[in-house]
Amino acid sequence: MSFQPVKFYQTGTFTVGNRLLPPEERSVQAQAKRYNSINSGHRACQGCGEALGARYAIDAAMEAVDGQLICANATGCLEVFSTPYPETSWQVPWIHSLFGNTAAVATGIAAALKVKKQQGEPRNIRVVAQGGDGGTTDIGFGCLSGMFERNDDVLYICYDNGGYMNTGIQRSSATPPAARTATTMAVGAEPGNVFGQGKFVPAIAMAHEIPYVATATVADLRDLEAKVRRAMEIRGARYIHILVPCPLGWGTASNETIRIARLAKETGMFPVFEAEHGEVKSVLAIRHPLPVEEYLKPQKRYAHLFGKTPQVEVIARLQELADRNIRKYGLLDGGER
Amino acid sequence: MDKPFAITLDPGSSLANKTGSWRTFRPVYLDRLPPCNAACPAGENIQGWLYHAESGDYEQAWRALTENNPLPAIMGRVCYHPCQGACNRQFVDSAVGINAVERFLGDEAIKRGWAFGKPMKRSGKRVLVVGAGPSGLSAAYHLARYGHAVEIHEAGPFAGGMMRFGIPKYRLPREVIEAEVQRILDMGVTLKLNTKVANIADAMKAGHFDAAFLAVGAHIGKRAFIPAADATRIVDAISVLRSMEGEEKPMLGRRVVVYGGGNTAIDVARTAKRMGAEEAIIVYRRTREKAPAHDSEIEEALQEGIMVKWLSTIKQADAGEITIEKMALDDKGFPQPTGEFEKLAADSVVLALGQDVDLGLLEGVPGLEVKNGVVQVGPNMMTGHAGIFAGGDMVPSERTVTVAVGHGKKAARHIDAWLAGEAYAPPPKHEVATFDKLNSWYYSEAPHQVRPVLDIIRRQSTFEEVVQGLDEGNTQFEARRCLSCGNCFECDNCYGVCPDNAVIKLGPGKRFQFNYDYCKGCGVCATECPCGAIKMVPEEN
Repeated sequence: MSFQPVKFYQTGTFTVGNRLLPPEERSVQAQAKRYNSINSGHRACQGCGEALGARYAIDAAMEAVDGQLICANATGCLEVFSTPYPETSWQVPWIHSLFGNTAAVATGIAAALKVKKQQGEPRNIRVVAQGGDGGTTDIGFGCLSGMFERNDDVLYICYDNGGYMNTGIQRSSATPPAARTATTMAVGAEPGNVFGQGKFVPAIAMAHEIPYVATATVADLRDLEAKVRRAMEIRGARYIHILVPCPLGWGTASNETIRIARLAKETGMFPVFEAEHGEVKSVLAIRHPLPVEEYLKPQKRYAHLFGKTPQVEVIARLQELADRNIRKYGLLDGGER
Repeated sequence: MDKPFAITLDPGSSLANKTGSWRTFRPVYLDRLPPCNAACPAGENIQGWLYHAESGDYEQAWRALTENNPLPAIMGRVCYHPCQGACNRQFVDSAVGINAVERFLGDEAIKRGWAFGKPMKRSGKRVLVVGAGPSGLSAAYHLARYGHAVEIHEAGPFAGGMMRFGIPKYRLPREVIEAEVQRILDMGVTLKLNTKVANIADAMKAGHFDAAFLAVGAHIGKRAFIPAADATRIVDAISVLRSMEGEEKPMLGRRVVVYGGGNTAIDVARTAKRMGAEEAIIVYRRTREKAPAHDSEIEEALQEGIMVKWLSTIKQADAGEITIEKMALDDKGFPQPTGEFEKLAADSVVLALGQDVDLGLLEGVPGLEVKNGVVQVGPNMMTGHAGIFAGGDMVPSERTVTVAVGHGKKAARHIDAWLAGEAYAPPPKHEVATFDKLNSWYYSEAPHQVRPVLDIIRRQSTFEEVVQGLDEGNTQFEARRCLSCGNCFECDNCYGVCPDNAVIKLGPGKRFQFNYDYCKGCGVCATECPCGAIKMVPEEN
């Protein structure tokens, strides 16, 4: 577990805040004067998981480094909805890079800060790079891998909503199997995204044996904040991969964003863990195990699996993927590793 | 042009973009009625007082509790807690032990000597309360708080009514009654013991009372015709329990048969066992499921070795022996005789077949309506005679202490309004916070804390209290199991989960506010609110 959960305080540490806890044990998001790094007025869809995840993560990072933070942001939803020229929702020093080069831009900022430090800059200014799954796992992957292998002092945060959502929901290498997108339509013998393709970048990041790799979802705020805090304590290349449901692309109701993220974790479809130097150190255990249907059914991108003739074989294959995650990361036993 | 290369506009904030205009549904905060509160016959704000107990502010919790019910230490022992039957936590693991927390608060108040506030004003009106049972005491308490001069006339030698003469000591120690009654008297309520009101009209005139609340209870044991030999000892349960309070304890013999299936039957059988009876057998014509006695009491009695003959009636009583007939339920669920008989050794037969009301004091009062042996009252608890109100066991009711307390409160409100020449209109009830309104994910796993129980040998031979209390540690734990159904407990979830920062945190105790300039109406806050205190409503246009 990434943080020490508090029990028996009505809601313990499950809720954002808890009036029964001492203030120092409450989350960053519970503070009346939180940073609100990404402010109101942005143009994200109703119930956007990415807007929420970005505020969770960047607020936690800002808190961890006392506001001494620079953000580099890849092209993608997050950039488009937050910063239509000349307006911006960001309340942090923020730079928009190209689609594919955010990791390299962040590397450059980190290098510049290092030089400035040598020249007498008194502040410890840190760098975060962030992007969606398209900018991270596809287009920006070369720059990202380079940043990892050089162990540059950057925290890279990927907000994974499983596709290119702002251009019209095209498939990315993070789109899960069987999911319908504009480029993997629910037609033909094997409707939706094919099995056996795509990649799970957290595992690739671990293969670089960088100091810190973690996954998180917008459904577990305490876990997410603890991981960002931990990442900011470390120097070198760090990677956090946050699952952020997309109501538009996934075909879910706007109020269900957090519930869907929770189901992804509870069914084992998305393993939540943290790793140091390529080794898994802790996992966020499944609290109430559920079959994958619970996660799939509310999403229209999987609607073709539940038509008149339910695609039981496809569902079984997805269940196999979830079971493999559960086995691999020990998601049922709390990851006592 | 002092702008950097390729820059033509000043950077602006997205706050200029009022995304609230996207909204088709708007979230609104509301208080829903917690099911415990909805189920409480005394109208307690249970969620409200648990809220204070959760943070360890027991005095505030007790004060919130006694807004509605002045007898928490008694309630925490004898109430059949319909609140717990309604508690939403039962769908998570098991219901919150509300009754146990209530008892802790009541006991804590006695221990610490917490007193009720004195009435703020004096109305100059005088109200007579007849009967110092739960209903009369509750009415007296509330009337005193409204500033009326209250006088209780009690026929018996002690206050407490059926709590004293009907409920045995092992369930309700007498010091507890004394302490909670005294606290009410300390508010300035006058209690006259051994003062039987023979005629209500005369008593009101003599004492210059402006209104009266009758709560004389139901103390006359019902009889049933049982062919019996002269030597058979047949007594009624209420007189047995009543004589337990006096010097002369009842003589029941070694083998006692109790006839009836209500709580009184259980009480008297358990009392007989403690008095030294080798056998205490309950004979009841229907089944355990159909018995009016509370199941936990039946369970406790069985643990203590009380035997029960379900589906049986007493046909005949002879010296030292009775004849019972086996019954069978017909398809409508009514017991029918089977013609199968059985002999049972018995030194005495105790009839626990319910009680009637002594209506003597109402003679000659015009307008009163009596039906099925009880006084009829309107929704305002007033009898057919203006200014005379009634409650508790003497009006149609479930005849429990809690219902009686609720009657007392309700009557007091109406009496207060009536004395001012007005009519009391209860505020509209909020919609009930049913389990489907909650998001139970957020509540910690927390097993129910069980109250310790006296060991079985002492339960069979002494009148020591059977069910013990929780200590402070597990009381607070139990209180924190409350889901706070329908009422914001400031968990910050709405504030945290809004993707648009459209929730304003107002600070401790002040809850939250929506910023409709930016709220897009996604509904995440309402879905993720643990306690169901947010509702999505369609926008007008």
